[in-house]
Amino acid sequence: MNNFNYTKAQNVEEAISLIRATEGSQFVAGGTNLIDLLKYNITQVDALVDVNHIAGYHTIEENQENGLRLGALVTNADTAYHPLIEERYPVLSKAILAGASAQIRNMATNGGNLLQRTRCYYFYDVHTPCNKREPGSGCSAIKGYNRIMAIMGTSESCIAVFPSDMCVALAALDAVVHISGPEGERSLAFADFHRLPGDTPYLDNNLEYGEIITSIDLPAKGFSTNYSYLKLRDRSSYAFALVSVATGLELEGDLIKVARIALGGLAHKPWRVKEAEDFLRDKTPTVENFAVAADIILQGAKVYQYNSFKVELAKRAIIRNGIMALHPESQLPGAQPSA
Amino acid sequence: MMSDQPLIGQPISRLEGHLKVTGTAKYAGEYNVPGLLYGYVINSTITKGKISSINTKIAKALPGVIEVFTHENRPSLAWFDMQYSDMDAPPGSPFRPLHTADIKYNGQPIALVVAETFELARYAASCVEIKYTEEPFSTDLKENIDKARAPQPGLATFLKPLPPKPKGDFEKAYNDSFAKASGEFYHGTEHHNPLELFSTTTIYEGQGKLTIYDKTQGTINSQLYVGNIFGLHFKDVRVIAPYVGGGFGSGLRPQYQLFLSVMAALELKRPVRVTLERNQMYTFGHRPPTIQNTRFGADANGKITALNHSAIAETSQFEDYTEVVVNWSNMLYPAENTLMEYKLVPLDVYSPLDMRAPGGSTGSHAIESTMDELAYKLNIDPIELRLINYAETDTSVGRPYSSKELRQCFIQGAEKFGWSNRNPEPRSMRRGNKLVGYGMATGIWESMQLPARAEAILTKEGKLLVSSAVTDIGTGTLTVMTQIAADELGLPLADVTFSYGDSKMPFAPIQGGSFTVSTVGSAIKAAGKALRKKLFKKAKDIKNSPLKGTDLEDVVFKNGDIISKNNPALRVSFQDILALNKGAIKTTNTSLPKAFKLKKYSRAAHSAAFVEVEVDEQLGVVTVTRSLTAVAAGNIINPKTARSQILGGMVWGISKALREETITDYKLGKYMNQNLAEYHIPVHADLHDMDVIFVEEKDEIINELGSKGVGEIGIVGMPPAIANAIFHATGKRINQFPIHFDSLL
Ligand SMILES: Cc1cc2nc3c(=O)[nH]c(=O)nc-3n(C[C@H](O)[C@H](O)[C@H](O)COP(=O)(O)OP(=O)(O)OC[C@H]3O[C@@H](n4cnc5c(N)ncnc54)[C@H](O)[C@@H]3O)c2cc1C
Ligand code: SF4
Repeated sequence: MNNFNYTKAQNVEEAISLIRATEGSQFVAGGTNLIDLLKYNITQVDALVDVNHIAGYHTIEENQENGLRLGALVTNADTAYHPLIEERYPVLSKAILAGASAQIRNMATNGGNLLQRTRCYYFYDVHTPCNKREPGSGCSAIKGYNRIMAIMGTSESCIAVFPSDMCVALAALDAVVHISGPEGERSLAFADFHRLPGDTPYLDNNLEYGEIITSIDLPAKGFSTNYSYLKLRDRSSYAFALVSVATGLELEGDLIKVARIALGGLAHKPWRVKEAEDFLRDKTPTVENFAVAADIILQGAKVYQYNSFKVELAKRAIIRNGIMALHPESQLPGAQPSA
Repeated sequence: MMSDQPLIGQPISRLEGHLKVTGTAKYAGEYNVPGLLYGYVINSTITKGKISSINTKIAKALPGVIEVFTHENRPSLAWFDMQYSDMDAPPGSPFRPLHTADIKYNGQPIALVVAETFELARYAASCVEIKYTEEPFSTDLKENIDKARAPQPGLATFLKPLPPKPKGDFEKAYNDSFAKASGEFYHGTEHHNPLELFSTTTIYEGQGKLTIYDKTQGTINSQLYVGNIFGLHFKDVRVIAPYVGGGFGSGLRPQYQLFLSVMAALELKRPVRVTLERNQMYTFGHRPPTIQNTRFGADANGKITALNHSAIAETSQFEDYTEVVVNWSNMLYPAENTLMEYKLVPLDVYSPLDMRAPGGSTGSHAIESTMDELAYKLNIDPIELRLINYAETDTSVGRPYSSKELRQCFIQGAEKFGWSNRNPEPRSMRRGNKLVGYGMATGIWESMQLPARAEAILTKEGKLLVSSAVTDIGTGTLTVMTQIAADELGLPLADVTFSYGDSKMPFAPIQGGSFTVSTVGSAIKAAGKALRKKLFKKAKDIKNSPLKGTDLEDVVFKNGDIISKNNPALRVSFQDILALNKGAIKTTNTSLPKAFKLKKYSRAAHSAAFVEVEVDEQLGVVTVTRSLTAVAAGNIINPKTARSQILGGMVWGISKALREETITDYKLGKYMNQNLAEYHIPVHADLHDMDVIFVEEKDEIINELGSKGVGEIGIVGMPPAIANAIFHATGKRINQFPIHFDSLL
């Protein structure tokens, strides 16, 4: 870690101008990811601009579309335990609580969560080739130990996974990301926020340099009656997902009217397949129908030496989570997947 | 006031517990002195080859950087391999930090940056330019089994005997056997990961004198190592390890932060601290990856006739690290035809290092899983099969056991666990969509004793001070030794102080192998006894002593009095004795294992581990819902700290079977998950109902305390019991640890 300047921004405009003032500077929020990256010398900065003191982005409030607006600086913990989130978007609450540890969630912010970097082992070791860390150096994971790597949307240059749990739920909920930048404000649909690696694996998302996330909008539809988040990993807590699924269903009588299925642990971004969700419309929520949806979602999977299990695991997880969404009351926080 | 009950056997809470949970207890990296310098280690980023150039100019020019030590400018040091050796060194040539430009393994320490702050040292380290010439290497055990060869014997083989010679005719007996079970087993590299980081603070006291705060499991081991390498008088090197935040074997050998901190302190004549970061803990010892093969044969009654257990383990290119992997099955099961083999494959890695129940936990995985398989082949209950083959004597060497209450472990354990509710049919028990499995396994761990010394002093105030150089690696040594000493003199706990963790105190060997209670406990008992004798003599020497004419056997020591058993009115108090004495009364004693007597017996702690798992039928997720270990380990000095040891071992058993693995990229020759986020050890959510039973076991042979030590026995039986429970639940036998849940899909 090198020496760098540190300043606290008081408002969004100041934050943006501070970032633009020093090339190679970055925002810092909870610091739970960025500080590690600095210590491991994966990221070097000349200046850190602390955004935690910017007023106006620390709350969760109703927005104009009967949804909620999550301030970018609200912590992951406060978001997960917020009464309106628990009541109206329980799948988001569940997803956040499935991630990291209590200590980390207490520090981590909603904006930072969207921008956390992959946990690819090779990305974290500066002495190995990695196209994401050092463009053009090669990808060590493709022929290396790739148990945790992606099977969907990979490229020849990177097979990393975007590790967030929260974002899987945000993808399922069709969240909208609000951004301020030197050119003013803009917003991005969640599906358009993160990128696939393609031949630019060093770009995780479509945020431009100097832009700051101010808030995240949740549309009115919260799937609070039929939802489930299932996370499958190598230990019961404090481990990243090998596969995770956020499911939201809207039922009318016996039939599914709206289905949302987003997956984590499979790709460089939360993974949703419209055709699968369309297939489920007007179908009954049965194992058979979820199985068809699962097959559609996993079409085109490309597996590597150590991660071929993810295809079958993801299919089973989609089916199980579809059934669990019918009985959301059976899901205690942190509970193991059950019937 | 003390009660009449002895303190031995009471569940006394750790005496230093409060200091530890309040953060008051200081560890090796927490001693601050004025002018302290900080060292940051640079590690090799290649696996094998040479440093062709190392440029420290930029780093050295940074204000606040004091020096950068490399192989080019290190001081001249001891010449001979022997001088780098230590109490736990395997045969071979010990690794010498900064010795030459040669790189022997990935992560090898190659430079030390010393600066005024830790942060600066770390930054300066990133400014050192190193160029290498790389050479081809191999780090993959499975790819190199053709290079397996017999280990070199050496001093270490004294405590870790090589496999016994074959007996009878294994191949014939196996071919002729009615039922056969066999398997290939594998586990990869594992790292100790004690919570406390490795750190040494060396205080330069002038005139070649050093005070060293070291993270170690042996203060005298570190002292001798430093004295030998740096050519210092042993008496000028004082090593203190006040508190140790876990060791699990990683502190059994002096690690390179000790060497580097001492080197820098001597060269710069200033205090220097070197703390390794978490990922640097992966740049020295580890549990070696091991491939095991078993073939067990039994007759129609379940009597085992043939045992074959072969293991191939990794070692480094410079030392032959061995562990006892294949010697156990014939200690447990008295077969007449045996074939035990143990080989090593030298690879381009650092030497492996003892890690909790080294070898034992590895061997039991293969042995006890094969036993389970054999039980299924014979259609006999797994406990029944073990009872049919119960070894009353250790047939591997033809000696009786000094004591062995394993049968009681089976009986009491099965009863409390509810083993009789088990339907042996795989996949026959369920709860909702979970398959339920019960599994069990036997554990065994040798009970050793080494020589040690201890001092006992009765102060002028009538307090007892006992001391030994031994460490307390979190096991409860302080508490247990205080109990032993207090009982010996009949004093309440509050009147006894045990001092430890300091090389200037009487000799104790490294703390490992579950031999501390029997080794240091015996020395303390001996010192206490000698003090008793001395006090009794002084009591009788008092003019008109009420105890005149009594023998030592006829008195009790209680609460600061020496009292005649026949007539309690006749007594002399410690105060009376001290009043006539000029100062404190002191004895130092050595306790040696009674080698002649002990040689006639096999000595081991035993256990039976019982496990219930739930396996999600569709998703494969495994939960260890219940576990119980019944332990026979002789006299339990402190049931509370002993229980913690067993529970800790059981948690580690869950870890070994289901969680932990050091991920190695063989193409790069390096470990990839060098942190506690990605090196998975169990979290609370992984742990459910766990229980421990100590069965009564009297042992008059083993040592005067009748105690066997419980540091490792808790981990030995758990992993195979879990694998067996998973088989029972799913019908799948996964012989590779850790068992990933996706292998059960
Ligand atoms: C050991 C460990 C385990 C974890 N496990 C999980 C897990 O299981 N599941 C999971 O989902 N997550 C997990 N996490 C990740 C955790 O959720 C993220 O680290 C956290 O959400 C990041 O938020 P932060 O506020 O701390 O971001 P920071 O570390 O402060 O910043 C991260 C990045 O975001 C940028 N940034 C921050 N805020 C803004 C903003 N408002 N606008 C623009 N840029 C911004 C920073 O410049 C930086 O590049 C884990 C983390 C750790 C360390
Ligand atoms: S998968 Fe991506 S992040 Fe991992 S090594 Fe390859 S390029 Fe780097």
